[in-house]
Amino acid sequence: SLPPSSPSSPTTSFSVPSAEKVDGFPRRSMRRARQRRSHSSSQFRYQSSQVELTPLPLLKDAPVAELHDLFCKKLQQCCVLFDFLDCVADLKGKEIKRAALNELVESVATSRGVLIEPLYPEAIKMISVNIFRTLPPSENPEFDPEEDEPTLEASWPHLQLVYEFFLRFLESPDFQPSMAKRYVDQKFVLQLLELFDSEDPREREYLKTILHRVYGKLLGLRAYIRKQINNIFLRFIYETEHFNGVAELLEILGSIINGFALPLKSEHKQFLVRVLIPLHTAKSLSIFHAQLAYCVVQFMEKDATVTEYIIRGLLKYWPKTCTQKEVMFLGEIEEILDVIEPSQFMRIQEPLFKQIAACISSPHFQVAERALYFWNNEYILSLIEENCQVILPLVFATLYRVSKEHWNQTIVSLIYNVLKTFMEMNSKLFDDLTASYKVEKQNRYQRKIKSTGIVQQFDHLLMKRHALFVKC
Amino acid sequence: MAGADGDDSLYPIAVLIDELRNEDVQLRLNSIKKLSTIALALGVERTRTELLPFLTDTIYDEDEVLLALAEQLGNFTMLVGGPEYVHCLLPPLESLATVEETVVRDKAVESLRKISQEHSPVDLEVHFEPLVKRLASGDWFTSRTSACGLFSVCYPRVSSTVKAEIRQHFRTLCSDDTPMVRRAAASKLGEFAKVLELEYVKSDIISLFTALASDEQDSVRLLAVEACVSIATLLPQEDLETLVMPTLRQAAEDKSWRVRYMVADKFSELQKAVGPEITKNDLVPAFQNLLKDCEAEVRAAAANKVKEFCENLPEDNREQIIMTHILPCVKELVSDTNQHVKSALASVIMGLSTILGKDNTIEHLLPLFLAQLKDECPEVRLNIISNLDCVNEVIGIRQLSQSLLPAIVELAEDAKWRVRLAIIEYMPLLAGQLGVEFFDEKLNTLCMAWLIDHVYAIREAATCNLMKLVEKFGAEWAQNTIVPKVLGMANDPNYLHRMTTLFCINALSKACGQEITTKQMLPVVLKMSNDQVANVRFNVAKSLQKIGPILDSNALQTEVKPVLEKLASDTDMDVKYFAQEAISGFKEMMSCVIPHPPDCCALSWSVMERGQISCKLLLITVPHPN
Repeated sequence: SLPPSSPSSPTTSFSVPSAEKVDGFPRRSMRRARQRRSHSSSQFRYQSSQVELTPLPLLKDAPVAELHDLFCKKLQQCCVLFDFLDCVADLKGKEIKRAALNELVESVATSRGVLIEPLYPEAIKMISVNIFRTLPPSENPEFDPEEDEPTLEASWPHLQLVYEFFLRFLESPDFQPSMAKRYVDQKFVLQLLELFDSEDPREREYLKTILHRVYGKLLGLRAYIRKQINNIFLRFIYETEHFNGVAELLEILGSIINGFALPLKSEHKQFLVRVLIPLHTAKSLSIFHAQLAYCVVQFMEKDATVTEYIIRGLLKYWPKTCTQKEVMFLGEIEEILDVIEPSQFMRIQEPLFKQIAACISSPHFQVAERALYFWNNEYILSLIEENCQVILPLVFATLYRVSKEHWNQTIVSLIYNVLKTFMEMNSKLFDDLTASYKVEKQNRYQRKIKSTGIVQQFDHLLMKRHALFVKC
Repeated sequence: MAGADGDDSLYPIAVLIDELRNEDVQLRLNSIKKLSTIALALGVERTRTELLPFLTDTIYDEDEVLLALAEQLGNFTMLVGGPEYVHCLLPPLESLATVEETVVRDKAVESLRKISQEHSPVDLEVHFEPLVKRLASGDWFTSRTSACGLFSVCYPRVSSTVKAEIRQHFRTLCSDDTPMVRRAAASKLGEFAKVLELEYVKSDIISLFTALASDEQDSVRLLAVEACVSIATLLPQEDLETLVMPTLRQAAEDKSWRVRYMVADKFSELQKAVGPEITKNDLVPAFQNLLKDCEAEVRAAAANKVKEFCENLPEDNREQIIMTHILPCVKELVSDTNQHVKSALASVIMGLSTILGKDNTIEHLLPLFLAQLKDECPEVRLNIISNLDCVNEVIGIRQLSQSLLPAIVELAEDAKWRVRLAIIEYMPLLAGQLGVEFFDEKLNTLCMAWLIDHVYAIREAATCNLMKLVEKFGAEWAQNTIVPKVLGMANDPNYLHRMTTLFCINALSKACGQEITTKQMLPVVLKMSNDQVANVRFNVAKSLQKIGPILDSNALQTEVKPVLEKLASDTDMDVKYFAQEAISGFKEMMSCVIPHPPDCCALSWSVMERGQISCKLLLITVPHPN
């Protein structure tokens, strides 16, 4: 399923911390809490002295004249951080802060006229103090997002409400970008982007929606956000190969690409060619492939002339040993072919069908099967038919050989169907190719013998030359 | 450009050149790997005018091919006509230094660094330095990161004006917009500082170092810590306090654990670089903090450095610093909640005893060792046991032996076979240190119990362990303590245990010598040739082949040969095969032995034992009788 063009909102109600999500991993999180009980988190360490919180009057009971003042005090109260790794520490304080956050969320979401200018710096400060932190080292250095359960953020009961507040703040009808941009600046956004590496999927879900809103409302930050996402991706591709939030960032980009103006700027084309296409080389491709393929197809739908770059790029990075990835690549190719313009198809059909032929002869039946499924796609079939003169000679030898050799019966019968389709498409060409196939085979055999001879001659010469070289 | 005209011997070269353009990657790759041969065949002139331009154009190839190309070009100086022409190699390498793939780029930079040494000072300024400048001001980050690695190789050999330009370029890259470039610059900062004149280290490098160490990205800041070591080494002692220490202090307390981890990881190097005075005043408290850090990763890295740090403390008040500042932290780490921290500490803590001497060790360290020997995590206990030799030198192992025993026994019976395997490997070492008496009394039973472990790897290691013990304690000890037990297992109802007897005999026969092997082991082996399990029978054949060289020829002829012949007509295919193998092995041996009188036998046996020395050689070396 494709990601929606706009990232979905996290489904949470702001009165109760989403209990069922926490319950997904009860045993693990309990064990962790016990193991690390006596240690404070990276975040907590920097709180110099613990302040005792006292409950403030409720916002809804406050007289209008004092509302803003009380709101501000509650924001300041929420700047106090608690140690969640010690689950019994300062329960009273934690409860007061939780209640205050809940009230702030509700107030900013439901009442109009609360967000006045003096509250902006206080609100952004409260958000920064709570969410910006150095993410702790992964508990499991070989963390595999597909296999392992993620480490959940211990302070989520508060953190979730802070994120919820931030989101409601951005979405409030009172929200004024011109005021916010003084506080939500480049440095703020950079720190926000770094949080996408969080192992906790709930946190990344919030970040995704929030960044999307920031991108939508604060126009001055757009180019900067795109550039920093580029940097994160490039680092992921070429340096660390580890970043938990690639899928979420791609989902945001999917909707950003959707809104690109035409003709595409060279910056955007560069992003496609130098960042999105190389992202296909990542070991963990399976985690974000759906989002990546969506972005790629978005680009094509915007501007058909990028098709050739995309296909040639995919062919360049075609997986050589990982069949799981090969199946993903084939899936993406099919998505691309689904929307390709016939004129573009003609430009890339030759290299593309050479690769498809190679996939059909893969000993891994899932790869072969995925490639052969292309012939079940009506649009692709119509493209093949139009270009039968070019494509059939490219794949014929492979089809013929694999139909006789493949170990898997399903593949053999799929190939027969494909051969039958071709025969019906152009029987004359089909017969010609069948006739020349045997001759070809014989020729190839002889060429092979000859080239073995060359290698031997060459090695001999190499030794002679080498001896000479050493002498002089 | 194929150079085949009229010369048949060049035909293969023409094929290779053709294959450089082949559409099969593997063929292109093969061809690129033989590039030096092609160049040799073409000669220096055509290599310069035809091959290199062609290669420069093929830069849009698969990364695998490019990597091979980048590597080849680093060794091409002679092939283009020597140092005089080496600059011809720059254009293709420049393109390679800008590609996306890190591996290719790094290799191109490596080759560029290599050939930079072959440039004359003039060529360096005319050809090489402009290349560095072009890379440093490239559009895409890849070329700028590559440039970072090239400044230090050309700086020492150019004029002062060019030097000033190079410094300026490096400065620019240190504040580059892209974090990838800043990381590359930060990682080369130390190297660049080393080739700079001291005045510029103080003026330029320090400000760059300070800026990188407070970069907004922790991945940049942590690289500055590495540079800190080199920079501190270069500066005179009196400047360290003002120029380096503020930054280092800040790094040790950085809000990102990655930076603190880096400080902990480089602590010994930092300590050496800043010298004893600063160590006493600054690094000791910093080290204490790292040992108490809130992230386990940082504590583990610091714990790993405890011994080295203490060793390198200034001798005059080393003991006092350790006792009052370090030891209290170490004591806390012994009961840390994280097992990696404890096991890191356990791997070095024993080393403290040599530094602190006998009395302190007994009073302060011994309780810690004992606590760690009882730790719930087997890795911690293993690390203590594997380092016993340090303590042995200082207080003797007796102090520990009473606590050692339960720890060893528990590890020996651990549910995880890898833990059991690890403790077996330390047995010979322990046996040597605890002495034969203690061993017989307490550990012998354990060693024998491993022989019937249900995991093969343990039985195998146990066998090897016995061999090492016999090497240590001698054949007589073996005869009295282990050989009877091993041979007793030959009657075990479990065929795996019977096979273990054979494996033990294979391993022990050499250490036990001819007498024990012939008189005690051989009869048991021969008897087992009637075993009902084929696996046992073919292992008998294998064992006979193995112990044959140790037996005397009489026993071979009269006892071994008939049994092997019987096995060679066994109903089981494998038994037959191994029996025949053994027989043909003996035949080879016999053919050398038979012509010689008995006293030559010993020599030929020992030669056979060492390896495959042919009979011919034997005939030459052994003086022929008559």
